Amino acid sequence: MKLRLMLAAASTLFFVAAQAREVTVAVAANFTAPMQKIAKAFEQDTGYKAQLAFGATGKFYAQIKNGAPFAVLLAADDETPARLEKEGLAIAGTRFTYATGRLALWSKRPNLVDDKGEVLRSNSFNKLAIADPKLAPYGMAAMEVIHKLGVQANVVPKLVQGESIGQTYQFVSTENAQLGFVALSQISVDGRITQGSAWVVPQHLHAPLKQDAVLLNAGKDNAAANALLKYLQGDTAKAIITSYGYAL
Amino acid sequence: MNLSAEDFQAIALTLQLASVTTVLLLLLATPVAWWLAHTRSAWRAPVASLVALPLVLPPTVLGFYLLVALGPNGPIGQFTQWAGWGTLAFSFWGLVLGSIVYSLPFAVQPLVNAFEAMGPRPMEVAATLRASKWDAFFTVAVPLAKPGFVMAAMLSFAHTVGEFGVVLMIGGNIPDKTRVVSTQIYGHVEAIEYSQAHGLAGVMLVFSFVVLLGLSWFNRRTTCHQKVGA
Repeated sequence: MKLRLMLAAASTLFFVAAQAREVTVAVAANFTAPMQKIAKAFEQDTGYKAQLAFGATGKFYAQIKNGAPFAVLLAADDETPARLEKEGLAIAGTRFTYATGRLALWSKRPNLVDDKGEVLRSNSFNKLAIADPKLAPYGMAAMEVIHKLGVQANVVPKLVQGESIGQTYQFVSTENAQLGFVALSQISVDGRITQGSAWVVPQHLHAPLKQDAVLLNAGKDNAAANALLKYLQGDTAKAIITSYGYAL
Repeated sequence: MNLSAEDFQAIALTLQLASVTTVLLLLLATPVAWWLAHTRSAWRAPVASLVALPLVLPPTVLGFYLLVALGPNGPIGQFTQWAGWGTLAFSFWGLVLGSIVYSLPFAVQPLVNAFEAMGPRPMEVAATLRASKWDAFFTVAVPLAKPGFVMAAMLSFAHTVGEFGVVLMIGGNIPDKTRVVSTQIYGHVEAIEYSQAHGLAGVMLVFSFVVLLGLSWFNRRTTCHQKVGA
């Protein structure tokens, strides 16, 4: 009996220790590639391990509300982390912007997109793909750009919507849509756009695409979670983030 | 219940899509099912498996292949462009095509069962009475297989109404053109508009239940009739 109790206590201790060496992170889908790189560097530099789950921010919100065991959320926006904090599901004062998204008007065809977005006024494209403005910050930013440029009349009949920026990218990369507003991070490799033609939308044409991170309740006393948030603000992480076309 | 104008648009479009798909599917599935029910060809098993594929494939696989195939460089896209129809992604007819593939087994299987249950006898008798093959098919086989046709139609219709993955991947979510009930519900949930999601989801739930209940009643009635007839 005593032995069993001791075993139980020991295994609990071990479990807690393993938990503290490890952090489960919910990561916005658009940040998949840089986060994989950052997690690898984080593990090498600190010895902590980051367990990553990728998905839509709205879905993570619903899961966290229903008790999902994520310790850290890297959202695709700044509203969701703020809302979680207000609802008492995240630790107050731990929010910060880890990356700022950049929007790009992109086509698989070389020379279709000029460097001012004038193509939006032309009739030389069949469809314009954007992410659903109701669901995705990149979609909302794309609508802002369309309004600022005053090209609604020309563009709206040609709009198609992906449910996420990932799906919007699919529409353009399969050329079902000749044009699309995608995330610069999706089309840049080592800071360069390698395929087709693109216009990197100036940031003053839309509200900043701030992506905020926050420590969730489940990660409160988790050393690995706190270390990861610190690591994200360090130079190694920052270099990786900008190399994928994000601003800081 | 608070259904918005957009929700009603999505419902109307879904019913339209399911109706068109069902009619076209019955036309397409009948010869396929007839062949499957009667052939002794070595091709039977591969064709039957091909028809049944949408049952086991995730809709994302179908949607992904369709998206690539419909594009200007895909085989279907090249054909539709050659025919002067442009490309089909993000259009109503693109959804119809996707739904036909997606619901194919639900139309073919009940028809195969019905044709097989009929046995070779009725057609042989019709032949001895000098009915032509077409004549026998329409005056003998079709009436005998009527329960199979009803079942195929109801299942295809209901299954198309419930379709999600394929329309999400090739639809483009255009109001009144490609935004159907299932994608509209998904949008409501993602946007954390739970009360609107509840309204539409409730409509779907009731609809699906009524279809299944209807099928079950219909099945009992036809089997009773057959017993009386036998």
